[in-house]
Amino acid sequence: MNTRVIFGLFIVIVMAVIAVFAPQVATHDPLAMDLSPEARLQAPSAGHFFGTDNLGRDIFSRMVYGTRISLSVGLIAVFISLVIGVLLGGLSGYYGGWVDNLVMRVVEIMYCFPVFFLIMMVITFLGPNIANVMIVIGLTSWAGLCRLVRAEFLTLRERDFVSSAKVQGVSDMRIILRHILPNAMGPVYVSATLSVGGAILIESALSFLGLGVQIPTPSWGNILTAGKNYIDYAWWLTLFPGLAIFLTVLSFNLIGEGLRERLDPKLKERV
Amino acid sequence: MAVIFFLTAAVLAAAASAVVGGGGRSRDAYVSSGTGDARVLIPLFADDATSGSICELVYNGLTRVDKDLETAPDLAERWEVRDGGLTITFYLRKDVFWHDGEPFTSRDVEFTYRTILDPASGCPYISSYQDIEDIEVRGPYEITFKYSRPYAPALLKFGMGIIPAHIFSGIDDIRGSSYARAPVGTGPYTFSRWEEGRYIILDAYQDYYEHEPYIKRYVYRVIPDQAVQFLELVSEEVDSMDLDPYQYLYRSETEEFRRRINKYRYLAHSYTYIGYNLKDPLFKDRRVRKALSCAINRNEIIEAVLLGLGEPCTGPFLKGTAHYDESVEGYDHDPERARKLLERAGWIDKDGDGVLEKNGRAFVFRIATNQGNKVREDVATVVQSQWARVGVKAEIQVVAWSAFLDQFVGKKNFQAVLLGWTIPVDPDIYSVWHSDSMREGGLNFISYSDKRVDGLIEAGRAEFDPEKRSAIYRKIHGHLSEDAPYTFLFFPYATPAVQKRFRGIEPAPAGIGYNFIDWYVPEKEVKYRF
Amino acid sequence: MKSYIIKRLLLIVPMLIGISFIMFVIMHLAPGDPASIRYGLNPEVSESARANFAEMYGLDKPVLRQYALWMKRFVSLDFGRSLIDDRPVISKILSRLPATILLQGVSLLVIFCVAVPIGIIGAVKRDSLFDKATTVLVFAGYAMPTFWLALLLILFFGFRLQWFPVSGMAPWYTAYLDGFGRVRDLLWHLALPVAATAFGGLAALSRYSRSSMIEALGENYVLTARAKGLTERRVIMAHVLRNALLPIVTIMGLTLPALISGSFIFETIFAWPGMGRLGYEAIMNYDYPVVMGVGVIATLLTLIGIFLSDVVYALVDPRIRFEARR
Repeated sequence: MNTRVIFGLFIVIVMAVIAVFAPQVATHDPLAMDLSPEARLQAPSAGHFFGTDNLGRDIFSRMVYGTRISLSVGLIAVFISLVIGVLLGGLSGYYGGWVDNLVMRVVEIMYCFPVFFLIMMVITFLGPNIANVMIVIGLTSWAGLCRLVRAEFLTLRERDFVSSAKVQGVSDMRIILRHILPNAMGPVYVSATLSVGGAILIESALSFLGLGVQIPTPSWGNILTAGKNYIDYAWWLTLFPGLAIFLTVLSFNLIGEGLRERLDPKLKERV
Repeated sequence: MAVIFFLTAAVLAAAASAVVGGGGRSRDAYVSSGTGDARVLIPLFADDATSGSICELVYNGLTRVDKDLETAPDLAERWEVRDGGLTITFYLRKDVFWHDGEPFTSRDVEFTYRTILDPASGCPYISSYQDIEDIEVRGPYEITFKYSRPYAPALLKFGMGIIPAHIFSGIDDIRGSSYARAPVGTGPYTFSRWEEGRYIILDAYQDYYEHEPYIKRYVYRVIPDQAVQFLELVSEEVDSMDLDPYQYLYRSETEEFRRRINKYRYLAHSYTYIGYNLKDPLFKDRRVRKALSCAINRNEIIEAVLLGLGEPCTGPFLKGTAHYDESVEGYDHDPERARKLLERAGWIDKDGDGVLEKNGRAFVFRIATNQGNKVREDVATVVQSQWARVGVKAEIQVVAWSAFLDQFVGKKNFQAVLLGWTIPVDPDIYSVWHSDSMREGGLNFISYSDKRVDGLIEAGRAEFDPEKRSAIYRKIHGHLSEDAPYTFLFFPYATPAVQKRFRGIEPAPAGIGYNFIDWYVPEKEVKYRF
Repeated sequence: MKSYIIKRLLLIVPMLIGISFIMFVIMHLAPGDPASIRYGLNPEVSESARANFAEMYGLDKPVLRQYALWMKRFVSLDFGRSLIDDRPVISKILSRLPATILLQGVSLLVIFCVAVPIGIIGAVKRDSLFDKATTVLVFAGYAMPTFWLALLLILFFGFRLQWFPVSGMAPWYTAYLDGFGRVRDLLWHLALPVAATAFGGLAALSRYSRSSMIEALGENYVLTARAKGLTERRVIMAHVLRNALLPIVTIMGLTLPALISGSFIFETIFAWPGMGRLGYEAIMNYDYPVVMGVGVIATLLTLIGIFLSDVVYALVDPRIRFEARR
């Protein structure tokens, strides 16, 4: 395990701990306002590690609670895309034929879409809240996983242990679930880990545009939105949330790359 | 000798003209900035702020509003109101020409108003002219409007920009025509260019009936971000912008800024309020509404969100005008009184969880406001915390504007809203407060119905005498404050900033732009030379 | 080869149908009736005006009928008129498209000119300091929230240093500048948006170039060439590069969808007057016809990008080129 992976794991664990123990880690109530003129738009100080925003709220504490949003959206969205991707990819790879054709056509269509635009449209229509964000990101990011799983299934189904199981009369479902799937998961784990970063990036972009988590609930993205208005003098509103997003995504990516190197160093690098 | 004489005279004349006003020759450009692009440059269809302000420069109406918010002549030299307001006759100016050279006549006025009144044209302002029964033209400079009943707001409503009959007569779809993007009017500026989403350029009209504006070019730049507008203002790429409270109070206090840029402050013509759905059982009881109003600390909101750049509001009229009753107290911040009122209405915190209950139901509700308005979002946050202190729990919902209009307002599927109204110069509030406006699509979405107020509104619409009329509205002000169907919050200040080289700016109740054609730049300070 | 190209071209059709269907479904998820959107809370708008409006846009017809109408319009690229200013959607889009294409084009060029050399050099000098450093940068590129990068660029180069303009494409007085001045001004306005847009694509393409180059370097013919005694440089320039570039160029076509996707957010941040910003504003304003139009055109552009990369691939890959001559 090289230093990069260790670094990534460290950050992710720290983030997870922060998220779980947010009330303990935060120095202030993230929603508490201090409307006196001195308390507002304060630069970082001992009392407020990351400064305050225009309503006097402590940015550090807001970011601590924002960790919950980022991590939960990242993980749950990827989980949803995992379920869909594995299901469709598995069926497609195992059965082939029209099922495969149909699924692959759908996958191709998904690739052609300006995905972010699609997500923006849907969120605007369904209403911006964290649940919708998770679902929509999940529903639009399964294509890559699907292809991967399908490719694995295509190779694996030709293997001996599958044909012998078939001969023994084991049902298709069992074969898929018990025999093939566990062997296929390697690259899937890699891809899923790498996707968490992407999901976090999309969530923060949506919150930045006002289409994600709604005020006054803090999310790293919507702190950046507030910061945009005061960009030239309250630099802390722009620096810290972005840095947090960057570090978290980087860490998941490093872990993913580490997993990949472990599982199959000959695998082509992700494009 | 003669040569010397003429040279001296010429030099003196030039010197004089450089000192006095623009002196005949217009020069320089004025670059204003805003966050939104215009949509349609025909006054009959302009329902957004940017389109409206561009139309003000390109067109004229029969009347206009002067600096004290009084009705003044524009294309009409004078008028006569007869038969108790049932007949209004306008006598038009004879020296006005369209930008394309054609003369302006009563035919244009008739065409404009027939178009407005025709439902097929889809003019959104039709309801302001519905009572017009007949239009009679007598000669090219006289036109009479006959009303089915007296309509006091009429004179102000005749400020609607007049569009040229000779251009639009043959055109079916006026709104979609090319002239909506390349307008022809009678106003002080002619249209030059419009690059969508980027800028609009207007040129001074040399034959404008008052006088050619002293500023040769008017440019409106679309800059969606206020921080960027400020950057451009300071680097002199932009000549004016609307400052936000931080910029007004802090960012503009540098030596550098004060040396080169002026900033102004006057009460904006709008107010922000909280509206309660009167059909919701929570808000049916007047004591509850009064309590909610008492629990709010307007001054804290103004200080916190507007940084003090606003004034408390107690009614739906513009403060400082005769219609606004300054003696109405409104609801001072009084949490004790709020708690007592709520208690009397049956709301008590039995289980000590900080939230009041009545009949097993907690005092929890949703307050919705529209997305994209940072000020309103912040106000909602502050109000939420103020209500929490008296045991009322409000959940904020920030909703995209159109979903807002349809779900919440159209279908009346809401509990409380935080919104604002522009205050039109004419005080008629029929469309928002009369019980007739409660029907679907009407603006009385809180379902307010009070016979006394209805009667007063109707009376105000028909009363032409200004003093009597104002008295009626002051009475309405008192009733609305007492009934508390809204919690009236505040009037914000408008805080524009303009580069110092522009002279002639005189703040008045109407703002600063009312005399734009008289603004000028001294010769030495001209920035843009063409 | 021709049959390959035609096959790829034909595949676009069912894609478009699938896409149009999906978009239509999405549009009907939307709440908010367009009449309210048009007139909003305007105290002066009458009800008859609203009813008229609903009729004009055919909103009162059954859904299937609406879809049929939609398909007909889709094929002729007639998306109706914008709900905001009544202009035909297609002309709104066409007037904004050049700005987007300019930004994407320049970004693509920058990506290519920067990423490919980085990748290739990194492959040739594998595990060197250069390679290690660029690998770090690449990881950073993958993890970077690019809209944050855009904000940082605006903050430093726009506000603090004031080197570059942060908003718009060209000033209003552009008509008064001479040709040279105009180009220079345009480049200045392009600087920050391109930097932000290109950064994201740099990581992926340089990584891909590197691995493609590594693979090419490992091929047998390289060993042969080396054995023949050719200098390293000649080996690379004459043989390896050509084969490595092949997949790289095809990938370029696939970078286009990512760029288009990103354009919505970048154009909004930099107030760039392109189609992406138009799309964002249309979504915010619930301007359905424009949203549909932008979505379709963006998808079309993506499809064209993919198709172009297929064509280039066909032109360059000898296996496909000579497939017909069996």
